[in-house]
Amino acid sequence: MGFPEEVLEHVFSFITSHTDRNVVSLVCKSWYEIERWCRRRIFVGNCYAVSPAMMIRRFPEVRSVELKGKPHFADFNLVPDGWGGYFYPWICEMARAYPWLEEIKLKRMVVTDDNLELISKSFKNFKVLVLSSCEGFSTHGLAAIAANCRNLRELDLRESEVEDLSGHWLSHFPDSCTSLQSLNMSCLSSEVSFSALQRLIARSPNLKTLRLNRAVPLEKLSTLLRRAPQLVELGTGAYSAEIRPDVYANLTEAFSRCKEVKGLSGFWDVLPSYLPAIYSVCSRLTSLNLSYATIQSPDVTKIITQCPNLQSLSVLDYIEDTGLNALSLSCKDLRELRVFPSDPFVANANVSLTEQGLVAVSEGCSKLQSVLYFCRQMSNSALTTIAKNRPNLTCFRLCILEPRAPDYLTFEPLDVGFGAIVEHCKQLQRLSLSGLLTDRVFEYIGKWAKKLEMLSIAFAGDSDLGLHHVLSGCDSLRKLEIRDCPFGDKALLANVSKLETMRSLWMSSCSVSLGACKRLSQKMPRLNVEVIDEQGDLDSRPDNCHVEKLYIYRTVAGPRFDMPSFIRTMDQNPTYRS
Amino acid sequence: MMHLKETELCLGLPGGGEPDTLKVTGKRGYSQTVDLMLNLQTNDQSSSSTDLNDKKLQNSAKNNKDLIKPPAKAQVVGWPPVRNYRKNVMAQKSSNEETEKMVTAAPGGGSMAAFVKVSMDGAPYLRKVDLKLYDSYQQLSDALAKMFSSFTMGVYGSQGMIDFMNESKLMDLLNSSEYVPSYEDKDGDWMLVGDVPWQMFVDSCKRLRIMKGSDAIGLAPRAMEKCKNRC
Repeated sequence: MGFPEEVLEHVFSFITSHTDRNVVSLVCKSWYEIERWCRRRIFVGNCYAVSPAMMIRRFPEVRSVELKGKPHFADFNLVPDGWGGYFYPWICEMARAYPWLEEIKLKRMVVTDDNLELISKSFKNFKVLVLSSCEGFSTHGLAAIAANCRNLRELDLRESEVEDLSGHWLSHFPDSCTSLQSLNMSCLSSEVSFSALQRLIARSPNLKTLRLNRAVPLEKLSTLLRRAPQLVELGTGAYSAEIRPDVYANLTEAFSRCKEVKGLSGFWDVLPSYLPAIYSVCSRLTSLNLSYATIQSPDVTKIITQCPNLQSLSVLDYIEDTGLNALSLSCKDLRELRVFPSDPFVANANVSLTEQGLVAVSEGCSKLQSVLYFCRQMSNSALTTIAKNRPNLTCFRLCILEPRAPDYLTFEPLDVGFGAIVEHCKQLQRLSLSGLLTDRVFEYIGKWAKKLEMLSIAFAGDSDLGLHHVLSGCDSLRKLEIRDCPFGDKALLANVSKLETMRSLWMSSCSVSLGACKRLSQKMPRLNVEVIDEQGDLDSRPDNCHVEKLYIYRTVAGPRFDMPSFIRTMDQNPTYRS
Repeated sequence: MMHLKETELCLGLPGGGEPDTLKVTGKRGYSQTVDLMLNLQTNDQSSSSTDLNDKKLQNSAKNNKDLIKPPAKAQVVGWPPVRNYRKNVMAQKSSNEETEKMVTAAPGGGSMAAFVKVSMDGAPYLRKVDLKLYDSYQQLSDALAKMFSSFTMGVYGSQGMIDFMNESKLMDLLNSSEYVPSYEDKDGDWMLVGDVPWQMFVDSCKRLRIMKGSDAIGLAPRAMEKCKNRC
């Protein structure tokens, strides 16, 4: 190309998507070189796919690093403690190599207080820390971040497990810190100093997102809101208090001043009498998370029918079919719906929420793209109706609470219903299956789900044929997670090269033999085949025994060495003995 | 099945690759692992999993849902896929509900609401009020006045309590044609409203009756007696 480097760099600066940048770097050697020097944002979907040193060597001028650690099933206790995902090696290298680093975003990683302190002291211009579903740190680490990061813009602890020693950490933000734009402390349990919180909010004129924790009392919410009328996203604390007209009046007035609020969340321990206080913001709401609010359908309905601009709703199944029907009539802009179970371990329905609610929403909400739905019954006809109504679905996650539950009307498997979903929803990127399913559903998935990137399977299928359909048919598949399915060696060994085109494969309580794992590892040197067996010594196990859990992922970093004793990477060289 | 036969050519697994043995091997492993996970009796589980895959049986057993459903629920690890945080929050809520249920046995017994029935002599229907919504007798009086618009509770002293020690004042009130509120307390006695501090009243009131002043005369001496004993 005849263009000088600076011109190309300038052009590249408009290319922000990771996939696009990757493609750009493959055009020719000089583009590769230019691109790598001006890449500012890195996303590593599996922290073991590449080493920190490799990342730094190729991209020396990075400002933002995003890493993901544990497999998704770790959210449901399927990944044992000590599995890995340590941030430590990354921060050690980045502290040296990236003095101008501004952003760190981690998901399902183990982060320690020392790591946090190192962050706070290594990067003069550090701005954004997002710890999503992380663990291993305490409020002491947060205190270091608060105290040392002069230009901190965003501190988001969403759903992390934090050792909550005290609420004192918040008081470590110096009076000179006025840069905060986003604070999410909703996962913490300790009470922070209210006056410190109040002062922090008052001196942060750019604060747009504030997600409080449960310990912030409702009586004091109005005080905080009055100091931040520019808020766009608000997460309340506990939403109940002694019924007092003055508290109610203050709250109502404070909410009415928040003209910019578009998103609400929090709502633990809701006392319905206080709900009308939020009515004045409802018409502007695009996002509402009531998934911790144990309020009944009439109260939920009263709120959502006042939110015509709602795009995203998270709610408990207390909403019932009647509430979902109201949703379908009131919220024509709805894009995302998540319905969580209020009592997931009870066999009989405690609420009147069935497949009909979801059908109604699929009919009334023409922009619906993303669904997460927990329910107790489903039918092929409902699934087919939903599929035909909403061919624009991109994410469909259905969890029928009882494993292997058939179509409740016909007692047949739900193959045809899910088949309709993949056939009609041609842009489907994410799918989670449940209910009674045979190999047939996988035949449909392999045939139709060409854009599918992530698939979750549980208690489904009859034989290896099912897995084979998926591995051979799903062209875009990146992440596959399977539990309790009769899938064994054949499908895996017949699709070895497929595995290198994917980020990862998780299989637990299936029928894969230790011998097949070894064979797979020998065939594919750029895969790490990790076997998890908490029961006993892997060395003494015969090759034909089934492995408990299996995690296979592509990597250029070779096998890892930070595993506990019950996890082994299968040898890649059959004659090598460690 | 043809597809799989093709792929079988690539590898020779121990135990052969005949379609029938394949199916059998797969199934055996599956039910073994299912037993481990669900902690159920082996016999029941393997028989019901065979049933599940037998279409004929399914179609004929339309009325026998129980045959097809797995046996009594045992909790499976990581199922349903609900995160720990959410599970903890929901568990906390249901234990709170349990305590609330026990506590609301008596109205006003430390729970969030204290609904009591209100009747007015001559009115064709009863009402209910939540005493916890009010902070004083005056507020209650206002609310009751709205409910039963022909009713006024008269003028209380500055502390909202009837001055029982001022017998003449009391007798004036009770001789008028105005309505006075009375209430049934925990002991089952009917008392004049206003004789005790507000919170004490809320805790002890079981129901309200708004009666003509002249009808309430019978209450007064007993009320005075009780008051003397309490003070």
